[in-house]
Amino acid sequence: MKIAVCIKRVPDSETRVKIAADAKSLDEAGVKFVMNPYDEFAVEEALQRKEKAGSGEVAVICLGPAAAQETIRTALAMGADRGVLLQADKIPADPFEAARLIAGELKAASWDLILFGRMAIDDYNHQVGPLVAELLGMPCVTAVSHLDIDGAKGVAEREIEGGIEVVDFPLPAVLTVDKGLNEPRYPALKGIMAAKKKPLEVKPVQPGTGSLEVVALMPPPERKEGKIVGEGAAAVGELVRLLREEAKVL
Amino acid sequence: MTTILAVLEQRDGVLRKISHEVVTGAARLGGAVEAVVCAAGPVQGIDRVGAYGADQVITLTNPAFAKYAPEGYAQALADRAKQGGYRAIVFSASATGKDLAPRVAAKLGVGVAADLTDLAADDGGLVVTRPVYAGKALLKVKVMSQPAVLSLRPNVFTPVERPKAGAADTIAVTVPAGRVTVREIKAAPAGTLDVAEAQVIISGGRGLKEPANFKVLEELAHAFGGQAAVGASRAVVDAGWRAHADQVGQTGKTVSPSLYIAVGISGAIQHLAGMRTSKVIVAINKDKDAPIFKIADYGVVGDLFEIVPKLTEEIRKLHG
Repeated sequence: MKIAVCIKRVPDSETRVKIAADAKSLDEAGVKFVMNPYDEFAVEEALQRKEKAGSGEVAVICLGPAAAQETIRTALAMGADRGVLLQADKIPADPFEAARLIAGELKAASWDLILFGRMAIDDYNHQVGPLVAELLGMPCVTAVSHLDIDGAKGVAEREIEGGIEVVDFPLPAVLTVDKGLNEPRYPALKGIMAAKKKPLEVKPVQPGTGSLEVVALMPPPERKEGKIVGEGAAAVGELVRLLREEAKVL
Repeated sequence: MTTILAVLEQRDGVLRKISHEVVTGAARLGGAVEAVVCAAGPVQGIDRVGAYGADQVITLTNPAFAKYAPEGYAQALADRAKQGGYRAIVFSASATGKDLAPRVAAKLGVGVAADLTDLAADDGGLVVTRPVYAGKALLKVKVMSQPAVLSLRPNVFTPVERPKAGAADTIAVTVPAGRVTVREIKAAPAGTLDVAEAQVIISGGRGLKEPANFKVLEELAHAFGGQAAVGASRAVVDAGWRAHADQVGQTGKTVSPSLYIAVGISGAIQHLAGMRTSKVIVAINKDKDAPIFKIADYGVVGDLFEIVPKLTEEIRKLHG
């Protein structure tokens, strides 16, 4: 099985967000970057599929700055075979531009599966996977939390409001994956050592400006200061009164 | 006059409530609102859309549209969008909308300004706001494409009654057979409301001590008379106490209910990411220093096993 996994380098979710001097971007000083958590499920799924098939290749593709080589090395340490960094100083604000660059790279080969995380935890766009699928003319299933593949046929489950959608699709396909699909492995020391010797190709790319222009990055509005109503069951009466009369939600 | 295309949703031939939010959001951009829904036949509830500001309501029908048909829906909507000269195409960032909007956008050669919490028409462009970095910042973006493709975060755009003609039309469309097909929907057990759709959410964390104790939260949810759902923190989902479908937070669902009650949840950033846009937040926790109290409007410190049953009793009296 030949599988491409598209991953992203993102700030760790515990990061304190400080806005840069341009008032349009994140101040990256002191920020810890990690592989997007949803992409870990994608890497794990690719590795398990390849192991099951007994042969094949798992290639990791990442659009990002030079430092994203580290993110690719993490995937290689988990067990991926090779990496490609589409190197751009800034990831474009318009996901269509990101998709265009990634699709351009993927087009150079044929894949049985192309996997993405369902969304990146920094920009919450949840769309680069399906955009790439459309650009490549491939079938796509998003937010897959359960997956069965038999030959060239796949059955995926995706969570929707109030239920689970069961979806049939043919391979090759683009899938974006959700939590619940598998348990991502931790890179073992042996894997980390091996990753240093695996091929990692760096290809500079020029993102276009796209049609989304960042006007400002702002702190969210402060929630008005809350109050401790009281302690224990004795406070419940007052809580209910406040919810009815002040907050007007009951 | 500019026209906005508002994409509605139906399931099993019944209009989803979220559709009214889409029409309400679309109407904020000014101009006429044309509402469109893909379905296999008549959609129950479609006659209500005019009340929320749709000038026109179009049902695009195809026998394959009885269930969500990602490729067919996308083709039908992109064809419509190309004919219409719309200023914007507005989706819900629901499970279906998140899947469908990028497919339509790609066919139009643009990206989606996704998961918006605010939008406004500005001269020369549309200015939209979307939460980023787990809700710790808001990104304000100018959308220059024509049409702009937008998706709205569910439960943020409260439906507003704004009666318009709502003239209805049905158009049969032809689309190629889809490669990706929905075989079935395994519905959640009857009577359980999805956290993504509930007006009231009662979420539990490790403070519940063991899975069976979620019964106290279910009883409280029940007291709200069918409007409330039980959510869960990542810790208890990872421990296998609750289903992932119930998880609120960064690797779960993002919710914005009218009332969010966090019980025995300390308030990790990744949890706050999923619920900080709730209108009113109540925290019940034995640790008075728990971070959840910093974001809560109302806090009660103490033993949840005493507080929650008492709250259930009080809510029952109100809804009695």
